[in-house]
Amino acid sequence: MSIVSQPETTPAADAHIPERPRTLAEKVWDAHLVAKGENGEPDLIYIDLHLVHEVTSPQAFDGLRQAGRPVRRPDLTIATEDHNTPTIGIDRPIADLTSRTQIETLRRNAEEFGIRLHSLGDIEQGIVHVVGPQLGLTMPGITVVCGDSHTSTHGAFGAMAFGIGTSEVEHVLATQTLPLKPFKTMAITVEGELRPGVTAKDIILAVIAKIGTGGGQGYVLEYRGSAIRALSMEGRMTICNMSIEAGARAGMVAPDETTYTYVKGRPHAPEGEDWDAAVAYWNTLATDEGAAFDAEVFIDANELEPFVTWGTNPGQGVSLSQTVPDPSAFSDHNERAAAERALEYMDLEAGTPMKDIKVDAVFMGSCTNSRIEDLRAFASIVKGQKKADHVRVMVVPGSARVRIEAEAEGLDKVFTEFGAEWRFAGCSMCLGMNPDQLAPGERCASTSNRNFEGRQGKGGRTHLVSPLVAAATAIRGTLSSPWDLIEGAN
Amino acid sequence: MEKITTIEGVAVPFRRSNVDTDQIIPAVFLKRVTKTGFDDALFHAWRQDPDFILNRREYQGAKVLIAGPDFGTGSSREHAVWALRDFGFRAVISPRFADIFRGNSGKQGLLTGVVDEQTVERLWERIEAEPGMNATVDLVAQTVTVGDLTVPFEIDDYTRWRLLEGLDDIGLTLRDEARITEFETTRESWRPRTLPIR
Repeated sequence: MSIVSQPETTPAADAHIPERPRTLAEKVWDAHLVAKGENGEPDLIYIDLHLVHEVTSPQAFDGLRQAGRPVRRPDLTIATEDHNTPTIGIDRPIADLTSRTQIETLRRNAEEFGIRLHSLGDIEQGIVHVVGPQLGLTMPGITVVCGDSHTSTHGAFGAMAFGIGTSEVEHVLATQTLPLKPFKTMAITVEGELRPGVTAKDIILAVIAKIGTGGGQGYVLEYRGSAIRALSMEGRMTICNMSIEAGARAGMVAPDETTYTYVKGRPHAPEGEDWDAAVAYWNTLATDEGAAFDAEVFIDANELEPFVTWGTNPGQGVSLSQTVPDPSAFSDHNERAAAERALEYMDLEAGTPMKDIKVDAVFMGSCTNSRIEDLRAFASIVKGQKKADHVRVMVVPGSARVRIEAEAEGLDKVFTEFGAEWRFAGCSMCLGMNPDQLAPGERCASTSNRNFEGRQGKGGRTHLVSPLVAAATAIRGTLSSPWDLIEGAN
Repeated sequence: MEKITTIEGVAVPFRRSNVDTDQIIPAVFLKRVTKTGFDDALFHAWRQDPDFILNRREYQGAKVLIAGPDFGTGSSREHAVWALRDFGFRAVISPRFADIFRGNSGKQGLLTGVVDEQTVERLWERIEAEPGMNATVDLVAQTVTVGDLTVPFEIDDYTRWRLLEGLDDIGLTLRDEARITEFETTRESWRPRTLPIR
């Protein structure tokens, strides 16, 4: 049994560890069990890392104040400003007064409760899910929570990471634990080799289209198989990030050498003996031979093409070479009704080739695709090119550090010479909460994660794509794959 | 939190599936730092349409929302629950809820009951035959009643117990504080710490 081979550093609660092969998710869960729930009560799970941002925390801090409770572990908590922050003119006061109040509230709360905060202008500021991994705080085998559903991102390291609501934020601040019912497990096995031009984003969009926006509800997804092993950490983060779009609170990838190489040497990564102990433990985390998943899904990586959404939920997607689907082709009446509504909102007609769809804007950024590798991918396509005249292109790095790194490589010049706007770090046009928004009726090819009605600004229309598709689309002005540029035809 | 046993009020047949939390409350309304005052923000984009169901006279003062599958998907924003509650809703019935939304609801005293798709259809048809009629959601019996139609709903036992008792989660957890402290003594030194800043 696997537990025999686990090093002595494995936490207590051994009495609860079952004598059978376990999945990655079960191992991380078991190692954080403070108290096993009885008589239908949830388990009490310890939280290793709590990420905080300005939007979902003010009411939680208020709750603490009202109850006279301190933050139990400020040393396991870190805050950054990302959702509200503007991406230009960051040296000026935030123009929107309610946004400014929210940011100032976070600053006051961080000071009052002794929490580390990286504010706008700080070198470590950025999107919370870019900052955690970058600082080396995100690592295998830990539990991570944040009042943000895209916390699933951190599962790419073999951590159990999930989004929580504000009541739970307050709960973690006060107790460093959460009462949780165990999740079911789903294996998503992606075998084969991606063709050039096909990326992690296309894998996850295909997964969501396959299992639907509710398919992962109640599950932790574990991404496995040769195509996942071949991905960089950035690619794995893109995939785990969008687990929530399939309804799953968490997605995970077993740690391996790719993970260790990424983590090692970062500011908060373990060092010396701690590093050796950590790696010895991390090497035991992979799902055991013979462990059972509650559900399994298979994807053939060889068959995948660049993917794009046509509708108003992330499950409404097709290969870019296909056409806008006909709602009447959906057998389920709810799906049919949703498709009809989506086409109306998106102003699309069934049967239109996806590649005929003209866009007004391209957004390159968000916690899904704003890391250095994403920017390099975008730059590799647009270098030496000019954007289509009618398209507005925004490139927004995920963190201040990513911005600096990109500039050191000269990527900023590539973007600005292409005709794109090169911005400061933040959530930007992913969510319509800061000044970066679409105008009503505008259509955008976006590397973000949600194509909901109005997500990028009231009345805006979103097509979710990979950085490579975003780049090709910015050049041609219509939804395009990098293959279209190579072929030169069409 | 207030104890809940039964909820009675106007029921809304909300014929939509995949209602994500961006629709329930758009991000632009998340800038407030309070927990109340979100009633105007609820379904803000859809409410611009005068024919939207919540704008119809017979559904004013509604307390029970009966929706299609996958209600509350997407963003973790608890503001979605606050907005529903501020507007007057006390219960949402759907064939399937997103996990985070359901969890947030349970912590804020918004009852989420699960019934299958055929049953939702029956509830919709019954209410549409008599718009503005009341529904009674009985948490003790775990039933929804509209007129002569009574159907059972599902809710997990723990959430049901907490709602019936009006219990606060943090208080419940802090009963185990000694165990948390004990657990912390076993925490390995390689695990992350945000302080001191490195």
